[in-house]
Amino acid sequence: MDHPYAITLDVGSSLANRTGSWRTERPVYVDRLPPCNNACPAGENIQKWLYHAESGDYETAWRTLTQDNPLPAVMGRVCYHPCEGACNRAQIDEAVGINSVERFLGDTAIRNGWTFAPPQTETGKRVLIVGAGPSGLSAAYQLRRRGHAIEIHEAGPFAGGMMRFGIPKYRLPRDVLDAEIKRITDLGVTLKLNSKVNRITDSMKAGKFDAAFLAVGAHIGKRAYIPAGSAAKILDAVSLLRSMEGEDRPLLGRRVVVYGGGNTAIDAARTAKRLGATEAIIVYRRTRDRMPAHDFEVEEALQEGIMMKWLSTIKRMDEGVLTVEKMQLDEKGFPQPTGEFETLETDSLVLALGQDVDLSLLDGVPGLQIKDGVVQVDTNMMTGHVGIFAGGDMVPSERTVTVAVGHGKKAARHIDAWLHGEAYIAPERHELASIDKMNSWYYADAPKTVRPMLEVVRRQSTFEEVQGGLDETNALYEARRCLSCGNCFECDNCYGVCPDNAVIKLGSGKRFRFNYDYCKGCGVCAQECPCGAIKMIPEEI
Amino acid sequence: MDATQKLHFYQKGTFTVGNRLVSEEQRSVQASTDRSNALTCGHRACQGCGEALGARYAMDAAMRATGGNVIAVNATGCLEVFTTPYPETSWQTPWLHSLFGNAAAVATGVAAAMRVKGRHEVRALAQGGDGGTTDIGFGCLSGMFERNDDVLYICYDNEAYMNTGVQRSSATPPAARTATTPAMGPQPGNVFGTGKNVPKIAVAHGIPYVATATVADLHDLERKVIKAMGIHGARYLHIHVPCPLGWGAASHDTIRLARLAVECGLFPVFEAEHGVVTGCRKIRRQVPVEEYLRPQRRFAHLFTEAGKERIRHLQALADRNIAEYHLVDAEGDG
Repeated sequence: MDHPYAITLDVGSSLANRTGSWRTERPVYVDRLPPCNNACPAGENIQKWLYHAESGDYETAWRTLTQDNPLPAVMGRVCYHPCEGACNRAQIDEAVGINSVERFLGDTAIRNGWTFAPPQTETGKRVLIVGAGPSGLSAAYQLRRRGHAIEIHEAGPFAGGMMRFGIPKYRLPRDVLDAEIKRITDLGVTLKLNSKVNRITDSMKAGKFDAAFLAVGAHIGKRAYIPAGSAAKILDAVSLLRSMEGEDRPLLGRRVVVYGGGNTAIDAARTAKRLGATEAIIVYRRTRDRMPAHDFEVEEALQEGIMMKWLSTIKRMDEGVLTVEKMQLDEKGFPQPTGEFETLETDSLVLALGQDVDLSLLDGVPGLQIKDGVVQVDTNMMTGHVGIFAGGDMVPSERTVTVAVGHGKKAARHIDAWLHGEAYIAPERHELASIDKMNSWYYADAPKTVRPMLEVVRRQSTFEEVQGGLDETNALYEARRCLSCGNCFECDNCYGVCPDNAVIKLGSGKRFRFNYDYCKGCGVCAQECPCGAIKMIPEEI
Repeated sequence: MDATQKLHFYQKGTFTVGNRLVSEEQRSVQASTDRSNALTCGHRACQGCGEALGARYAMDAAMRATGGNVIAVNATGCLEVFTTPYPETSWQTPWLHSLFGNAAAVATGVAAAMRVKGRHEVRALAQGGDGGTTDIGFGCLSGMFERNDDVLYICYDNEAYMNTGVQRSSATPPAARTATTPAMGPQPGNVFGTGKNVPKIAVAHGIPYVATATVADLHDLERKVIKAMGIHGARYLHIHVPCPLGWGAASHDTIRLARLAVECGLFPVFEAEHGVVTGCRKIRRQVPVEEYLRPQRRFAHLFTEAGKERIRHLQALADRNIAEYHLVDAEGDG
């Protein structure tokens, strides 16, 4: 015994005291599903690519993004960004400008010439894709990356589908579209233009294809019967927009009326204005709040001087004069005729009443089910005919570019599994990272970056792109507004706030681990985690 | 610094402990894997103890500021009891305990001894709870202040004698229920108009540096400790540390309560040099006092018809702090 006076025990560290035994609940790290990812029709991992963009690693961000969507520069222009509608940041100040960062990444990739990694192996399987629109291109990209040989048969003279023949240049410049399509074909995808598939089963047999993905879109403008005099000029919006891609610009006259209330109606009216119409009027049978068109597009159209005539239906057209009946909404919100008529002077009438699918390639194919003019598909995107899958506007769904890209990806996964004789099983979805699971205190106040807009005068006369992009400084700022909902962004909060020093920091990119020897289960880490990436679960006692 | 670091907006790193987007030097001490963990694991503080957290924050910052040359003197109290049940210690730094009331005087002695030995790099730090500081050790503390001894004294204020069973101290707020101020009778809880404001008393001594801080604002707390260690002479830091047990609050709400105390105005965060208040931390998202009071069972008796008047009284105290320290300004504190 060589202890000092009155001391009988050796000094020890409290590390011998395993306070973890006090615990009734234990914290665990979780990855919850960010609302943006949940809302994305293309299934992008938005939170993850924003995480890389935040640190200025734009290439990794772009590569993460393009795992799910090969068309970011297109998306960053034409997507209606449901992600931003779901963004938790909207409940703090304003939603993160996801769409503008996506465009920045897409444009940066084009500028730097980033390309996709070629497939590692060749499977020897052949897949025929009909239609080079967003859905077909997305499926081609995903299947090619998995090593399958891909041939796209496109009826038109150019690839792009509705992205080229439906979306005006002032929203999607064609050099951007061409660059992103070329990147996909450079992967080794064979693209056959001007080759319409007349019967799918014949084409499959002739080309020895193992599977087919149909994505022919909906290119036939719906017509309504409008009594018209012989000199009346009536055309449909789809034909109008398609003809903008040709040599000769359509002649519409000085006064143009567009009939319909969807995004295509707006595109047609804005195109007419740019072609020199002094008056471009949209006639719609209901009211603005019931219009299917997106509000920001209506707003942009109004800024450009497009006029709107609500609660009106067109009854007949004679040379230079339209007869319009006023409508009234009934208690259910349906427009009812009033019997009051008025006239509108016009040189041409553009019908934007929706689109139908040309299903002629499916004639005589057994097993197919067609309902309401579209092809029915299973949850795995397969039609009633084994080995033939379909997606995009020709199957029942919302008709947007992003949904189409999502269909292409989803179908590709199922086609790939099917070609291997398996079934694709989607990974289990994580719990949604709703705002109540977050701690918003830790996010600094930061208003959204506003994208520059082309001045109105130039928007009324040219087809220059209306909305500008972000540069690097404000794209970085915008990316950093992301809250990283439900996914650890290594803020060190848990590591810092633990009163028991029971969180182990594993180093950059490796996140953290709990030291359950000492964790007392107080729950401070879970409460103070900004992004809701820690969950308390009851301890088994 | 590269382009990513020149930006002023670190949306995720402004208030969090760390920030992967800035260099190591710019991050907090607590974000570092090299932090000294002066108060390490295995201590016997309750779940969610604010004092254990505050003590590690402050000591680690002091260790960083001095290159590890700190001797700590501890008053009797929770911090002493839960870290050093014989023969174990949770302290990874020289540490000594003498009596309940003499921590300031012992630290003065430590500083003197180091000076005599020529160990000028070794700094003395005294620490205690509100009982050991504002009541029992107050005479020694005031003496250390008026002599301007080279000691940083840190008071971890959890607003009562928690270790012995939640008895009232002179830092217990009005209306709070404690074992000795039960929620009964015409004036339930601690009596309005009693107690003392030791940070203000410290300022009145005209010592080089006085500051208040909370466990809810780590960056502010660390900055103040590091600043204090850069000054010689008497310094006082008063850290608000919620006590889940004594306050009757959920263990996971410790930091949240510390934050609400500041945001409602009841705990003003300020600093003063040589007797003059030089700065305050503005309220960022102001809340009524009810938001701070409601999660604490010690204030449960206020949430009755009869309690409304006393809540108004507490709000008036918060409003007085807001006016006195200019805690709210028109532009806010982004």
